Amino acid sequence: MELTTVWFTLIAVLWIGYFTLEGFDFGVGMLLPVLARDDRERRMMINTIGPHWDGNEVWVLTAGGATFAAFPEWYATLFSGFYLPLLLILVALIVRNLAFEYRHQRPEPSWKARWDLAIIIGSFLPALLWGVAFANIVRGVPIDETKDFTGNLFTLLNPFGLLGGVVTLLLFLTHGAMFIALKTDGDIRHRARALSVQLGLGAALAAVVFLLWTQIDTGNVGSAIFFVLAALALVGGIVMARAGREGWGFIGTFAAIALAVAGLFVALFPDVMPSTTDSAFSLTTTNAAATHYTLKVMTVVAAIFTPIVLGYQAWTYWVFRKRISVHHIPEAELENAGR
Amino acid sequence: MDILDVARWQFGITTVYHFLFVPLTIGLTLLVAVMESFWLRTAKPEWLRLTKFFGKLLLINFALGLVTGIVQEFQFGMNWSDYSRFVGDIFGAPLAVEALLAFFLESTFLGLWIFGWDRLPRKLHASCMWLVHLGTLASAWFILAANSWMQHPVGYEYNPDTGRAELTDFWAVMTNKVQLVTFPHVVASAYMTSAAFILGISAWLYARKRFEQDREMYRMGIRMGASVALVAGLAVAITGDIQGKIMTDVQPMKMAAAEALYETDSDGCAPFSLFTIGTPDGKSEKWSLTVPCVLSFLAEGDTDASVEGINDLREQYQQEYGQDPGAAYYSPGDFTPYIPVTYWSFRFMIGLGFLVAGGAALVLWLTRKGRAPTARWFGPAVISLPVIAVLANSFGWIFTEMGRQPWAVFGLMTTAHGVSPGVSDLEAWISVIVLTLLYAVLAVIEVGLLVKYVKKGADPFTEPPDPTLRGGDEDQDRPMAFAY
Repeated sequence: MELTTVWFTLIAVLWIGYFTLEGFDFGVGMLLPVLARDDRERRMMINTIGPHWDGNEVWVLTAGGATFAAFPEWYATLFSGFYLPLLLILVALIVRNLAFEYRHQRPEPSWKARWDLAIIIGSFLPALLWGVAFANIVRGVPIDETKDFTGNLFTLLNPFGLLGGVVTLLLFLTHGAMFIALKTDGDIRHRARALSVQLGLGAALAAVVFLLWTQIDTGNVGSAIFFVLAALALVGGIVMARAGREGWGFIGTFAAIALAVAGLFVALFPDVMPSTTDSAFSLTTTNAAATHYTLKVMTVVAAIFTPIVLGYQAWTYWVFRKRISVHHIPEAELENAGR
Repeated sequence: MDILDVARWQFGITTVYHFLFVPLTIGLTLLVAVMESFWLRTAKPEWLRLTKFFGKLLLINFALGLVTGIVQEFQFGMNWSDYSRFVGDIFGAPLAVEALLAFFLESTFLGLWIFGWDRLPRKLHASCMWLVHLGTLASAWFILAANSWMQHPVGYEYNPDTGRAELTDFWAVMTNKVQLVTFPHVVASAYMTSAAFILGISAWLYARKRFEQDREMYRMGIRMGASVALVAGLAVAITGDIQGKIMTDVQPMKMAAAEALYETDSDGCAPFSLFTIGTPDGKSEKWSLTVPCVLSFLAEGDTDASVEGINDLREQYQQEYGQDPGAAYYSPGDFTPYIPVTYWSFRFMIGLGFLVAGGAALVLWLTRKGRAPTARWFGPAVISLPVIAVLANSFGWIFTEMGRQPWAVFGLMTTAHGVSPGVSDLEAWISVIVLTLLYAVLAVIEVGLLVKYVKKGADPFTEPPDPTLRGGDEDQDRPMAFAY
């Protein structure tokens, strides 16, 4: 296999890691006002993702870095072209991350309410905008002969792009509800499970339309297989959640997101950013790539360290595998905050 | 202002802001790990209290360092897409490796450390913080390798077909001579800054009547902070000195600009300027107060050496770079940085750095052999040391980056050629305004939290649960040792 193909695949894997992991913590953040009935329950929800959200987010930083290194032209066109959506995502991630760290630092309800809002909006915007961005990457955007994006914000807000945003939004909401059902105990667990089924049906509907549209527009045999598997996984997850099998439900949404993203990358290949201006201007795995030497060096590093990273990140999920219920949340949080 | 200026201001603001937090993260992860290990070794409750106290301040600070770091990775592509296209083959690799090796390590093990007090055996818990520190060092290594390449490009070849610089030797990039001295300089200054942070806060709490019963503990913080700050300060000075000599070698203009030395001193014994007033455009000198021969020593290690001046270097650079018809990434021009900025930032960096090391030495003297400083100025004066250290760091970066101008990559691409051609003025303005306002608000919140927790002092000692002694079912139901 060509090294450019290897790196295209690796970047797909990094995005899959990002969407499957941070997907559920976006979901948890957005469901904060829906599922939690009081501050204790809100804290419980936040604590289910407490040890993980930061590690989950590194997947996108690695995806960005890997794109810069392996496909510098792709990185340059994408990041300068999708300027305002990326700025919004940055602002959202900034306030959201700080909210997790700062929310518990003061007892005043107004302080907490403000950070709760930061978590909700900071989870909602990226959940929506990453979908818009990805749909536009797959569909193609106006790119000129110097490889620069020539559209603007409104170019990206087309029906297909917006539908992509709705799909990631609903998928992450479902994924988050599944995660809460899996990681908590008590009343909220059942509420989360019931909600995951409802949200899942909405997500399935939107996803099927979007994936069909993608398949008709740019799909191939490979992407069709992935999309069908993704739909099956999502339906299976919903059925399992309905039957009270939270673990399988979560695996279902996890697999659905992974397979759908994989399918989008298969549909994209061998382009990395097709041009709607003229297909001759499309960025591809070859014309956007770094040199063979750079890819070789990066391949060695990735081959050694990716398994190590996967190992210790999986281990943290094992360490914090226990379900959390309300009585696990320390009451006198201010005194406990120093621990 | 055109888009180039806006993008430069954004890069300057976001980078200086980001680097307010980075040195504290690098150094505090080490010092908190040391404190926790001291606790495990000595079983003195004070070490655990200090671990948790400074651990908490570390987390407040780490959060901002992390989120502002995301902006850094994105904005190369957002505002500097032509730069990214030109250098991506070389510059992208260290960034990707940094994320894979360092960011995962830091974030994962910091999460384990925060939430793991009742989940992990004690030694493993302390190891988590050591691993976070290792992550910060790896991060510093790779990002400084990328920056050093901009200062002194090595291990590459310019490919006229692709119109970009291409990597030929990754090892050469990793062992760039600028990198080999920049890394220890930056890490030592991070240690100095963090030690000054611990020293300053401990001294302030030590001097408060309210915490009289904890004096012994804060004294431990003072002694630890002052010792590390002094040793690290010396390391900063030594590495900085070597750095100056290498800089004179690879970027002579930067050294001349640091000194506002306009004319080459061909008979040797170039003077070090203590105070220079130049014309406002920074193009010539009006008056200056100087110490003879010191610059020759700083630049070349020999008081008799000749140091090249700005005017000669400008001519040399114009000869070398100004008449290349094939040059796509720079235009004939001045090739001179803005002298007032380089001149003053260089002085503030050195002066403030020495102030911190000197302050640490003074505190060590005042607290020698069990002595207790009682002067009223002690607390307020010493707590200013971390602020001074942070400023010294900022001036260091302002100097080294502004001193490289007009180049983005020295000798290869000017900053003006790196800016994104597709980004509109409006977009650039929106982002610089949004980010600056957001950063300002966050600074107020962060300082507020730091002040709140510093005023509160260290929490009383409570034995953390030891999961290796795990009991039966009631253990499973106990509240988490730490929860958001």
